[in-house]
Amino acid sequence: MSEKKPSLGLRLYAILAYAYIYLPIILLVIFSFNSQKLNVRWEGFTLHWYGELFRDQDVLLATRNTLIVAFVSTLLSTIIGTLAALALQRYRFPGYTISESILYIPVIIPEVVMGISLLVFFAMINFRLGLTTITLSHIAFNIPFVTLVVRARLHGFDKSIEEAAMDLGANWLITFWRVTLPTIMPGVLAGALLAFTLSLDDYVITYFTAGPGSTTLPLRVFSMVRFAVTPEVNALSALWILTVFIVLGMGQILQRKQT
Amino acid sequence: MQDTVNQKTKYRAPSILSRLREDPQSQGLALISPTFLYLMIFMILPMVLVVILSLLTRGPYGNVVYRLNLSNYTRLIDPLYLRILWFSLWTAGLTTILSVLIGYPLAYYIARSPRNQRSLLLFLILVPFWTNFIIRIYAWIMILRTEGLLNTFLINLGVIKVPLDILYTPTAVLIGMVYEFLPFMVLPLYTSLEKIENAQLEAAADLGAPPWKVFLRVTFPLSVPGMIAGSILVFIPAMGMFVVPDLMGGAKTILVGNLIRNQFLVARDWPFGASASMLLLLLTLAVTLLYTRKAGFGEELLV
Repeated sequence: MSEKKPSLGLRLYAILAYAYIYLPIILLVIFSFNSQKLNVRWEGFTLHWYGELFRDQDVLLATRNTLIVAFVSTLLSTIIGTLAALALQRYRFPGYTISESILYIPVIIPEVVMGISLLVFFAMINFRLGLTTITLSHIAFNIPFVTLVVRARLHGFDKSIEEAAMDLGANWLITFWRVTLPTIMPGVLAGALLAFTLSLDDYVITYFTAGPGSTTLPLRVFSMVRFAVTPEVNALSALWILTVFIVLGMGQILQRKQT
Repeated sequence: MQDTVNQKTKYRAPSILSRLREDPQSQGLALISPTFLYLMIFMILPMVLVVILSLLTRGPYGNVVYRLNLSNYTRLIDPLYLRILWFSLWTAGLTTILSVLIGYPLAYYIARSPRNQRSLLLFLILVPFWTNFIIRIYAWIMILRTEGLLNTFLINLGVIKVPLDILYTPTAVLIGMVYEFLPFMVLPLYTSLEKIENAQLEAAADLGAPPWKVFLRVTFPLSVPGMIAGSILVFIPAMGMFVVPDLMGGAKTILVGNLIRNQFLVARDWPFGASASMLLLLLTLAVTLLYTRKAGFGEELLV
């Protein structure tokens, strides 16, 4: 579609729509500096709730757990998912269609079904619920998304560069390390970034696969929200939003460097 | 004799490695096998277990008794559960429709904007989506609750005298769900709108069609694949959602997702919870199939 000056009505609508998207989050951040505990109306500026947050042992433990799960699951799902993307984009093999359809499952089944399936599975093999089960589950839902992103990147990849490297005497390992991987690196990084944020964000699957002591940040936020609407939750949310902005910004910079 | 054995070992020893080096089919299999095995163990096998579980019986202490029967499925026909099911379909359907109504003009606006601004405008839709979804629900709780920002604002303006009770109603659940899933609708809609060739629109205009007719006869039909993809991406998670009703819906709003969660973690009737999950899965698959059959689409789902 070409650019054609949108009508006044449409432009006004767009302004309203963006306000609708952003206003709740902006209000959330503003009220994290509110000195009134009940958080009903604005009373005065304070950083008290941020201090409170850093003394909250539950929040600190949950943060640690979340980061461990996110890092480990991102690393493993990125490696496994990238290999699958290479396989599907480059090769034909028996079981190709089945493998491809399995990768769509997380897109078309409700999360709650995947959550209870994993709960049933871990219960049946008597696996203690905890950080390990959360991480194993996160890897499972992350692999398909990594594969999807990396595959999209491989789409325009020119195979003749690899053949040239082979012709010049490089073996497949060197070719992969020096030619293939650097070329698809932006896609791999984008996939890893997606996996990291999905893992950071996940509530439903974590909820079913978490055990005592393995509370993650989304679970912690949920119980805080359920319990009371206090500025401490706002402060936690504001820091979370800030972190996401930093990670997204880094992703943008990385991608710009690559291209 | 000695000779043949030697030949055999000589031939066999390098066989796997050399096959990996030369045969592309084995290379492909080697690359896909970690994913295949992992998803078989941690996605397919667990779902098969749930299917089996749905056919078993709950024991007296919330344990599972290995006696095959269909009673968990017949129990679902109870009016109580049918009402929950109907309410879930209604909520998910309305969420999808509202997302189309709100998202379509927005996607259209972005597709019509100057080329160099489009990715920024799209990025701005996605940014809130990257923040945690419970935080987004919390923002709306802050706004909607009885002593919340909306009521305070309206009372101070003098529009209302008594605060509105929006939070803990089905309306609140709808507000929360639409806010959560809107980006899923805008993205595929934008993709299909953006692809429309200008020549097609000009041709229609040259032939004398007024702008509204161009939209109705050219633009809209060409954006249907995006709308279908968006609807699937909104409908499926909305169907299984239990967090939004938990936090915003109050005790009265129970969706299938809540029912399943309660059977597994509160009532501890796993077989019945499993059969409810199967029903949810069948419903979402049926809706997806019905929808995709109506129009060919593919890449829109992958954005």
